[in-house]
Amino acid sequence: MKKFLMNAGVQKIFAALLAILFGLVFGIVILFIASFFISKASYPMDALYTIVTGGLRFSGLKGLGIIMRFMSPILLTGLSVGFAFKTGLFNIGASGQFVIGGFVAAYICIKWTFIPLEYLWIVGILGAIIAGGLVGLISGLLKAYRNVNEVISAIMLNYIAMITVSNLVSVIADKNNPSRTMPPLSRIPTLGLDKIFGNNTTDISIFIAILVAILIYIILERTTFGYELKACGYNRNAARYAGINDRLGITLSMTIAGALAGLGGAMVYISSITKVFDSLLTLAPEGFDGISVALLGMSNPLGIIFSAAFIAALKNAGPALSRSGFNEEVVKIMTAVIIYASAFSLIFREKLVQFFTKKGAKK
Amino acid sequence: MEYVIELRNITKVFPGIIANDDITLKVKKGEIHALLGENGAGKSTLMSVLFGLYKPEKGSIFIKGEEAHIANPNDANRYGIGMVHQHFKLVHNFTVLENVILGVETVKNGTLVMAEARKRVLELSKRYNLFIEPDHLISDISVGMQQRVEILKMLYKNNDILIFDEPTAVLTPQEIDELMKIMKELISEGKTILFITHKLNEIKAVADRVSILRKGKLIDTVDVSSSTKESLSEMMVGRKVLLEVNKTPAEPKEVIMEVSHLSMKSKHHGKDSVNDVSFKVRRGEILCIAGIEGNGQTDLVYGITGLQKLSGGKILYKGVDLATKSIRYRSLSKISHIPEDRHKHGLVLDYNLAENLILQTYFTDKFQKHGFLKFKEIYDHADKMIQRFDIRSGSGSRSVTRSMSGGNQQKAILARELDINPDLLIAVQPTRGLDVGAIEYIHKTLIEQRDAGKAVLLVSLELSEVMSVSDRILVIYEGELVGEVDPSKITQQELGLYMSGSKREKVE
Repeated sequence: MKKFLMNAGVQKIFAALLAILFGLVFGIVILFIASFFISKASYPMDALYTIVTGGLRFSGLKGLGIIMRFMSPILLTGLSVGFAFKTGLFNIGASGQFVIGGFVAAYICIKWTFIPLEYLWIVGILGAIIAGGLVGLISGLLKAYRNVNEVISAIMLNYIAMITVSNLVSVIADKNNPSRTMPPLSRIPTLGLDKIFGNNTTDISIFIAILVAILIYIILERTTFGYELKACGYNRNAARYAGINDRLGITLSMTIAGALAGLGGAMVYISSITKVFDSLLTLAPEGFDGISVALLGMSNPLGIIFSAAFIAALKNAGPALSRSGFNEEVVKIMTAVIIYASAFSLIFREKLVQFFTKKGAKK
Repeated sequence: MEYVIELRNITKVFPGIIANDDITLKVKKGEIHALLGENGAGKSTLMSVLFGLYKPEKGSIFIKGEEAHIANPNDANRYGIGMVHQHFKLVHNFTVLENVILGVETVKNGTLVMAEARKRVLELSKRYNLFIEPDHLISDISVGMQQRVEILKMLYKNNDILIFDEPTAVLTPQEIDELMKIMKELISEGKTILFITHKLNEIKAVADRVSILRKGKLIDTVDVSSSTKESLSEMMVGRKVLLEVNKTPAEPKEVIMEVSHLSMKSKHHGKDSVNDVSFKVRRGEILCIAGIEGNGQTDLVYGITGLQKLSGGKILYKGVDLATKSIRYRSLSKISHIPEDRHKHGLVLDYNLAENLILQTYFTDKFQKHGFLKFKEIYDHADKMIQRFDIRSGSGSRSVTRSMSGGNQQKAILARELDINPDLLIAVQPTRGLDVGAIEYIHKTLIEQRDAGKAVLLVSLELSEVMSVSDRILVIYEGELVGEVDPSKITQQELGLYMSGSKREKVE
């Protein structure tokens, strides 16, 4: 038992759960305070129930479909950030990579009609991966060869990507008929999931995302390539000493992180979710959700699957809160607290170890 | 008998290890009390408890007869306890004076008043013969001087219990002598010194009493005058230790590496840090590059191992010029490198022991197939290495190397580097910061390698190591070779003259 509790992986899971618990307790406090001031919000426990069930108590199977839909882009941006974390880099540029990926995917799926429509989504996804990867590559090259901090270059690239996409859309768009809708056939296929969940946005993107998560896990933990990348991340000097090309490692890490975020963009823009490019002068929030997801998932690709599901469920619960008279923002506050708490996960882990060792010593 | 410090039954537990096990230590006023022990014996932990950095699970501390509750270094300071850490805590772009007053500044109307502080600093410097220049920047003065600034900081705060954590590890032989003098001076002024070390010579030179720790337990406290180096080291290690290096004369064979006209550009200034250096290394000999720290030996090794580009010259190894070859090429052609800085280069501290043991070989067919790591082989290999090299750690091959003691980290590097069966072993300060037992082991291993017909290039600052282990010595001074000597025909004093640049001759 003690050995089980001293296992680093088990501790990480405990720490994440503690963070979530912390956020929930904080949420309860907020709900109760709010119920004092808002007369129609008189059932805080009812609202809590809505949150804990991810809003599924109202929406049922359809809601589950929506959660799965919300989940795939933030799972991929989460993987992007988490992968970079594991290799010692902070990819705050997921937002820009995401938008560029989404744009390229949408462009391909609308314009490249010389490809049979039913295969177009695959080409679109590949395009998104390459485009996102190229954005990541810029940060990677700058870091590896000119020692430019990846955080700074990535933040700037976020804005560059956002404005570039916004301009490209207005350049490419037909003056008379500026809005174009994706042909349904060229979207990510639903394989009947839309019928099962009774929601036309539910498609196979979630399975793609989970497969990618497993793939990233295998690369990081099982391959020599992952061993090299992590060595560069943990200790660039030691990697060099061991004959690993540290510059190549850093460049590749950022490129892969960018590709993952780019793929996340494709998951949104070539699906049946309604999302438009024209007024895109805000940074894509999915990129920053990725940071939250990666933190809560402790950068572990498998953990990120669960944390993405959790955060997607919270998002789904938000609108349903109005039924108990509360604002959707309560969920945002709770999410924020949970992310804060998971950022402090190291402290949680330490406390956990102390707690268990003390208990163990007494026995 | 009045004791100035009494540590009673101190127990400090870290996950998986008892660092201090029921230790009771009593220090008399006005003595130099040495704390001797191997790496990981618990010396630093015990001092950290005294200094308020760790909270012990059990035990109490009495200062001057009164129970003291020390929760942080500020409390310690209030009880007059000061500490010189192994790695100095100085602000490099501040002057000496600014560093000394940091945290205890005199302020008048919201501005700093330096005049009084300057007067006191100069006064203290004179009284203890520290020869401090208050307006020099820390980044401009030598390591020895920096240490004196640390001492001055304690004196400025009126501390009278001074803890020195392995103070000589970073000093040249001359600076060590100076430090010993200063320590005696401090004692004569009524201070008490606790002196952490594992160097027996230093204990014999200055300490009055010595407490020996082994594996977290206090073995004994004895008078230095009534004990011998042999008895002390036996208590420290728990068995008899050979303090002398046993070896037969070398039988040098063919030249394996010829370095000619090698130059390196310095990273810090435009000049060459290594200037036109030429020498040969033969199989079956231990060639030592001796010199005081910062005279180009680090860059020279970086050049030979490929960590830094040459600015000129050739390295002919087994008939091939290595100058433009990759690091991987060099390691595949059987050059091993025990790096000077084991945390910077030698280990990925967040990897576990097994993962670190394959750092040079993870890409070979033994440990991977189609790009996938073979974990069973990796952990089996680690278990073998752990056994063969007696590497000790909390949880075996799965221990995170960050949590291991310095000596065992070094053994892990040694194991890994010998595992590739090198023809040329480059060892830079392989025993830095290690205890007698580990030093003995590493010296023995180097000599075994030599006797097996390998070439060993040893870079060391430690005079006694240079004299006892090497077969041939090249002295480096300001990036140039200034002398080639035979260790059996030279005294330490004479070698010191070469190292300090007062004597030089043309090499080759």
